[in-house]
Amino acid sequence: MTNTWQDIKNANVIVVMGGNAAEAHPCGFKWAIEAKVHNKAKLVVVDPRFTRTASVADLYAPIRPGTDIAFLLGVIRYLLENDAIQHEYVRAFTNASLIVKESYGFTDGLFSGWSTDKQDYDRASWAYDVGEDGFAKSDPTFQHPNCVMNLLKAHVARYTPEMVSRICGTPKDAFLQVCALFASTSAPDKALTSMYALGWTQHSVGSQNVRAMAMVQLLLGNIGVAGGGMNALRGHSNIQGLTDIGLLSNLMPGYLTLGRDFDTSFEEYMKTRLFKPQRAGQTSYWQNYKKFFVSFQKSVYGAAATAENDWAYDYLPKLDVPGYDILRAFDMMHNGKINGYICQGFNPLQSFPNKKKIRAALGKLKFLVVMDPLETETAKFFENHGDKNPSDPSKISTEVFMLPTSCFAEEDGSLTNSSRWIQWHWKAAEPPGEAKPDIAIMSGIYSRMKAMYAKDGGAFPDPILNLTWNYTNPDSPGPDEIAKEINGRALQEVKDASGAVTLRAGQLLDGFAQLRDDGSTACGCWIYSGMWTERGNIMARRDATDPREQGLAPNWAFAWPANRRIMYNRASADANGKPWNPKKPLIAWNGSKWDGIDVPDFAPTSNPSAGVSPFIMNQDGLGRLFTLAALREGPFPEHYEPMESPVLNSLHPKVSANPMTRVFPGDRADFGTVDKFPFVATTYRLTEHFHYWTKHAKINAILQPEEFIEIGEVLAKEKGIANGDWVRLSSQRGFVIVKACVTKRLKPMTVDGKQTHTIGFPIHWGFTGSAKKGFGANTLTPFVGDANTETPEFKAFLVNVEKTNPPVA
Amino acid sequence: MANLQSLDILRSSASTETPSRIREQPEVAKLIDVSRCIGCKACQAACMEWNDLRPEMEDFTGVYDNPSDLNPSTWTLMRFTEWENEAGNLEWLIRKDGCMHCSDPGCLKACPSPGAIVQYSNGIVDFVSENCIGCGYCVKGCPFNIPRISTADSKAYKCTLCSDRVAVGQAPACAKACPTGAIQFGSKSDMQELAHERIIDLNERGFKQAGLYDPEGVGGTHVMYVLHHADKPQIYANLPDKPHISRLVQLWKGMFKPIALAGLAFTAVAGFFHYVVAGPNEVQPEDEEHGRKALDGKDRA
Repeated sequence: MTNTWQDIKNANVIVVMGGNAAEAHPCGFKWAIEAKVHNKAKLVVVDPRFTRTASVADLYAPIRPGTDIAFLLGVIRYLLENDAIQHEYVRAFTNASLIVKESYGFTDGLFSGWSTDKQDYDRASWAYDVGEDGFAKSDPTFQHPNCVMNLLKAHVARYTPEMVSRICGTPKDAFLQVCALFASTSAPDKALTSMYALGWTQHSVGSQNVRAMAMVQLLLGNIGVAGGGMNALRGHSNIQGLTDIGLLSNLMPGYLTLGRDFDTSFEEYMKTRLFKPQRAGQTSYWQNYKKFFVSFQKSVYGAAATAENDWAYDYLPKLDVPGYDILRAFDMMHNGKINGYICQGFNPLQSFPNKKKIRAALGKLKFLVVMDPLETETAKFFENHGDKNPSDPSKISTEVFMLPTSCFAEEDGSLTNSSRWIQWHWKAAEPPGEAKPDIAIMSGIYSRMKAMYAKDGGAFPDPILNLTWNYTNPDSPGPDEIAKEINGRALQEVKDASGAVTLRAGQLLDGFAQLRDDGSTACGCWIYSGMWTERGNIMARRDATDPREQGLAPNWAFAWPANRRIMYNRASADANGKPWNPKKPLIAWNGSKWDGIDVPDFAPTSNPSAGVSPFIMNQDGLGRLFTLAALREGPFPEHYEPMESPVLNSLHPKVSANPMTRVFPGDRADFGTVDKFPFVATTYRLTEHFHYWTKHAKINAILQPEEFIEIGEVLAKEKGIANGDWVRLSSQRGFVIVKACVTKRLKPMTVDGKQTHTIGFPIHWGFTGSAKKGFGANTLTPFVGDANTETPEFKAFLVNVEKTNPPVA
Repeated sequence: MANLQSLDILRSSASTETPSRIREQPEVAKLIDVSRCIGCKACQAACMEWNDLRPEMEDFTGVYDNPSDLNPSTWTLMRFTEWENEAGNLEWLIRKDGCMHCSDPGCLKACPSPGAIVQYSNGIVDFVSENCIGCGYCVKGCPFNIPRISTADSKAYKCTLCSDRVAVGQAPACAKACPTGAIQFGSKSDMQELAHERIIDLNERGFKQAGLYDPEGVGGTHVMYVLHHADKPQIYANLPDKPHISRLVQLWKGMFKPIALAGLAFTAVAGFFHYVVAGPNEVQPEDEEHGRKALDGKDRA
């Protein structure tokens, strides 16, 4: 989230699209209700289903799964056509006026640089036209044909309300009503907030879904302001922490990136990480990359990381592919290229697509270690549960180890919520039986591996043997010790330019501004620096004082970065530093410094007249309507059909799906077509359950006991299905036999002139736990990933449905 | 559920005596704002947790209502209704069902067992299990179809408005758990005021018939609803339009009761003669088995 949960109460319009906040985030959703009750906010829901969020909305618009970009580019067209943008904001804070290279282009669904042979883009033309001064050229009058504003206008011109309705199935009047509500927030003192989640990310165009909305928010001037922002509602209590701390295969903590195999030296690695400003006088904060990187290496390798050995750069693994995401890992497992798997706090047999393939892949392993508080389906993948899990244990030789772990309530530690608040929590109970904290189990594995490397050597033992491991109990490091290590400390006395001592050796850091690239500081995750300082555990603060009750609570726990509650808050004030919304200011220029209720996202003494732009992480300092080469499938979002779609792309049928979609060759045979699977399906969570976890809890099982699908009345009538009947739902990957919930909440839509039905499939049931046994929605979902994040496309695929007899017990 | 010493009793079933009161307590009320309820069932979970209730896990029946009805271990239940309004737009009406705690409680009036149903001076209507004879008259007496008789212990059960929590100054468990503030708890007058503010907001959003459900036919209730369509409460899963105590119950309180009591006396005499002539009824092994089954696993269902 750019903003905080509590800040949502400041919104004038709330759009829940690509998510279902009332059901998946009921506690956070209270702030949307607050906005309605106390700020007269309007709530808009755009969703394929009439959800529990829609039940309290002022306006609901249906949309076909997988067509959000068409909808949002239609919104952008409406805003530009009707002059409903915040002009001053767009001119000052976005890259609308910057000029793009002549060679950039877009025709028939493909951006410039496409190679049919490589099935990839050369993205060199997705760049600014650079002047002799080395900076991007611009035209603040928006006259230049290749300025971003004009390219954007041309790009969205095709998305007329009629085209939006044709692609999305949304009735034109509902679409226009949504547009009008969005447009009302282009006033400088009005804000729209976007609450989204996996409804946007679990698509082959997931990243671009989010980008499209971010562009809407930039045009409306709603980024960086109270009640605005792009608010990604994270689905697990600590999934924000997982991304922050770099638990993706291509990331290191704090969004540093792992080197590729062609980054053969530290010098080579840093060349692409210099982040030279693209406009004069801009911050381009990533210029500090080396400080963050060196401090990270010092925290991991301590004295073994020296200037002479390039801070142990060679100790780090180098990627030979863009990333070893989970889809790739399971594809490799399936192909026999991964033989062992430590599965920690994860249940892929339920949560990854094409269950048959996941099950087969696990069955090819030599060993599987499952660390979890619960007996998961993954840990018991070899058990035969009939159609629900047709394994033959006699044919599986995988050795499975179940290591019971403590759960969050049985250990001290921190959780990072969607608002980026890192909150400390305390153990409430001892773990049952033999369960141990994950830290203790991983430490045990580490110490045994280290002993083996020390004894036997090996090809490259240094990274293991030289790992820093300075904990009171090496077999069970304390969460507090690890937290301090992540926060960072000075390794030696640090002096400023005048020679005055700023940090004594061993002192905990106050924040990442103190990091150095000379090896004198260590920090496990630069954005988390400041969470445990010499003042103590900042994450444990519980002071709810909230200036002007604006939802910031600056003394509650710690928010990264630098305890900043609203990101890009410089953009809450105009070019002169005067707040756009005088009733809800965040920071303002007081003549000598930036002052206000939040920590400025900006050099605190940078005079507005210096023209430093607010989006300091970007090299141009601007909010990007044109995102250059940052994403793989294009600098603008474009509507592409899901990999399995009932129709061809209305705009460019020859390039129907996203050409950069993550697909493995072996999976193409597992894609279905509309003649056999005529209905669109989408998967989701219900309020009563949390993923595959709460089905182990009796009360949750009582509240939603049994697997079902949701099917509209019209389709049910056509198929002779009555409410509560048993149905067989199938895709090219498999079938499930479940009960039907026949509902008015899913209505047929007219897509490209044809009646199109959507079927909903909640995900929560499996073959373990207290609830009734189920198949799991991933029995049907395709092994397809987003082009950038490789997030699986769980939200749009093709199925067929028939009435059937009850399953044999 | 329990006879609480910390709350004063206003009236008691099958008794004409008015117990003495030592405290002045304001009337309390729970306000359920249907327009801000998201049907998350946190109230149901909290009710089960606080009151230690575990109804049987049922099958999916085609709707989100789980369990499918109130039962001796389900004292509150979200009822979901898909309703198409006059403009043809869908509204998903979600109402938390449970005891309304009537000011003029039909259950209490109908109850023949002294002290089995009491009304506290704060308005809460409570069942006192040790005095309950399981006759089911409260079921007939209730205009909202709330009480349920357990097959395990033949006692009547329903929401207590967490009288145990209220007695020590706490809000009911459901109100505490509600994430969106759809369930509020306080003095009845404060709740009416709050409802008034909400109705103005709903009017402004186009719900011209928004209103408070506090039906006069039962003297008003201590559980009230804010409804978007107060003119047609029945669309909210058959919430009664004009609830009132059944005429049969009124009759029962009048002339039938002495006759019925005479009948009971006759039964007692007949039982005595049966005992003298045929001996006592012995508990048979199959009775024991039946009782164990009823208590085992199935809780009170």
